[in-house]
Amino acid sequence: ALTAMAATRLFLSASPVKSSLTGLTGGTRSSLGLTLLKRSPDRTAEPKAQRRHAAHFTYHPDPAPAQYGPTQKMNLFQAVTSALDNTLAGDPTAVIFGEDVAFGGVFRCTVGLRDKYGKDRVFNTPLCEQGIVGFGIGAAVAGATAIAEIQFADYIYPAFDQIVNEAAKYRYRSGNLFDCGKLTIRSPWGCVGHGSIYHSQSPEAFFAHCPGIKIVVPRGPVQAKGLLLSCIADQNPCIFFEPKILYRAAVEQVPTEAYQIPLSQAEVLQEGSDLTLVAWGTQVHVLREVAAMAQEKLGVSCELIDLQTILPWDTETVCKSVVKTGRLLVSHEAPVTGGFAAEISSTVQEECFLNLEAPISRVCGYDTPFPHIFEPFYIPDKWKCFEAVKRMINY
Amino acid sequence: MCVCVCVCVCLSVFPCDYFFFLPSSLIFSVEDFLNGARVVVSARTYADFTPQATFDIKKCDLHKLDEGPPLQAVLSREEGLQYYRTMQTMRRMELKADQLYKQKIIRGFCHLYDGQEACAVGIEAGINLSDHLITAYRAHGYTLTRGGTVREIMAELTGRRGGIAKGKGGSMHMYTKHFYGGNGIVGAQVPLGAGVALACKYLGKNELCVCLYGDGAANQGQIFETYNMASLWKLPCIFICENNKYGMGTSVERAAASTDYYKRGDFIPGLRVDGMDVLCVREATKLAAEHCRSGKGPILMELQTYRYHGHSMSDPGVSYRTRDEIQEVRSKSDPISMLKDRMLSNNMASVEELKEIDVEVRKEIEDAAQFATTDPEPPLDDLCNHIFYNDPPMEVRGTNPWTKLKSVS
Repeated sequence: ALTAMAATRLFLSASPVKSSLTGLTGGTRSSLGLTLLKRSPDRTAEPKAQRRHAAHFTYHPDPAPAQYGPTQKMNLFQAVTSALDNTLAGDPTAVIFGEDVAFGGVFRCTVGLRDKYGKDRVFNTPLCEQGIVGFGIGAAVAGATAIAEIQFADYIYPAFDQIVNEAAKYRYRSGNLFDCGKLTIRSPWGCVGHGSIYHSQSPEAFFAHCPGIKIVVPRGPVQAKGLLLSCIADQNPCIFFEPKILYRAAVEQVPTEAYQIPLSQAEVLQEGSDLTLVAWGTQVHVLREVAAMAQEKLGVSCELIDLQTILPWDTETVCKSVVKTGRLLVSHEAPVTGGFAAEISSTVQEECFLNLEAPISRVCGYDTPFPHIFEPFYIPDKWKCFEAVKRMINY
Repeated sequence: MCVCVCVCVCLSVFPCDYFFFLPSSLIFSVEDFLNGARVVVSARTYADFTPQATFDIKKCDLHKLDEGPPLQAVLSREEGLQYYRTMQTMRRMELKADQLYKQKIIRGFCHLYDGQEACAVGIEAGINLSDHLITAYRAHGYTLTRGGTVREIMAELTGRRGGIAKGKGGSMHMYTKHFYGGNGIVGAQVPLGAGVALACKYLGKNELCVCLYGDGAANQGQIFETYNMASLWKLPCIFICENNKYGMGTSVERAAASTDYYKRGDFIPGLRVDGMDVLCVREATKLAAEHCRSGKGPILMELQTYRYHGHSMSDPGVSYRTRDEIQEVRSKSDPISMLKDRMLSNNMASVEELKEIDVEVRKEIEDAAQFATTDPEPPLDDLCNHIFYNDPPMEVRGTNPWTKLKSVS
């Protein structure tokens, strides 16, 4: 009986599992001729559970860029692979390392690279984030283009000291004699629907407080490839956060050749006259829907800005926009206290105080650890943002 | 009265074992009628079993230790049945969690412990419930041995209010008294364990702390920092490396310069133990506990074990190892089968008795699963509770300036 059950389970784990099959497994596990296990729990419970776990945003793909050559349909992780492929091909000193990158990475961002470029250029590290980043800094200082992967942004904290104290301050403390500008750290970031405390965090605010590094968050495959290549080329250590919920969900036509999207330049996705919306990563798509809702239900024309680079951020674009509209809403998944929206808010009120028609709104996560079961309530979804828009308009 | 005597006589005439060939349902109904007689019969038949037996166990490799655990272990019938029941409960519970995960009733991350049951049960057998234990995220088994119930564990997996952490922790964060979890960040629990050991030493209650981590975590810097502190201050800490040969998808040869994890403590004495044999684990733990309680400082144990599932439910577990390998371990070294064979071949229990335990375990798991799927989720207020310790309830800033939730603790 044990082997039969094991065989069924092995079969199940290899194939996409349907509830009917699991009910079957339950039935075979019986003793004394009595089927003791109930069938799978009541099916009516399922739709409710699945409804709860629908994504909180709809992905809006960008149109295919015309100026960078031929394009191919790719999702976010494939765009990242393409960027890394271009880098390894063009730069003989480039190396990629991190936990499990050799077989392709837990999110398939490095698939095929080891076979193509060799195991001395794409290799696994043991489980030690502090070691990975420290090692990366050393490799970068010595002249290699080092691309380190931290498996989840939630695990970046052991490496926090290395990033903040070593990487960020290298050029400064050596009087420009040394630098680790060739270091790029990539990490999956943000909520994913079921990640809970340690697989959903957005730590950009912690690093924004540190001069000397650059922080970049793309909103889709086209941006991801261009921004990642810019980060790698940039002469400063960069942290590149990839929204993990978009790895498969975001599909666009991405140029196959290498191209760069300039850092520290925010992108105005939609022009408007009444209200400015600022976000980065996944939240951009949430705000796109909010802008559509605002136009439809309130007749409010919103200007949507994707910040792209968190540090150093494009103050000019945002302030120019606020001068035009007079209202600003910033939104991110990280907790509201001390989140990056606070920095934007503060700077904008300094620059554009007399232009403001309403207090700046920040629609962010609650000041709690990222919850397991409460995720749908925690995240700043379109309804909360829309509510904020309404209040600002009626102020 | 007449009837009772009659049946008694009947049952004594027929071979006693015949009683156990009746299907389980009949046993229960017979019991209803013949409570008194059953007790008499039980005393008679159980006396036929061997009350205890001695088994040979594998020799442990030693590092900076003069003497290892004994090469023979004594197992009593009660202990054997208890270990069997606990391991079987663990196994069934993990398989049930697997099933519920595939039905999307459990979400998030779920790291299953089946294959490694002997470790949890053996360790618990070597220490007391008043000792302390901390481990990483593959924690369901330890939650059970440390006093959690299957109902609470399953409800926590599904995120309901009846869960052991009130539904707020999930699979990786389960706690009981003297069990400090359940920790998501790899290696972070080891310095915590040393801290608990310091408290044990300081409070002088002759308690110790068992601090577990995996072969992947063994390469984290904080582990070595902890070895140094524990050894310097002679903390009563048993470090245990559960070496299941794979750190997620990376085999130990590809991750560690030295795979002799029991030697990695360098100045800390160590021993390497067969983690699939519950008796071996128990004897080694007893030795380790004795070492700590006598004030000699920390000790390191490497348990060589194996997990049948992948790293977590998102990992099929076969892209970095062959199905043959899994099958081989299952057939040759499965901890439950090993214990079962030992008990049966030494006439310490009967097949039917063990099957009865299986039946009871299954029922328990079914009930727990039923509870876990029907229990309501924690109330929304719980989102903000227990952030800080607060006397007056504090306000938690929400997604908008005008929505504030109250946090109470």
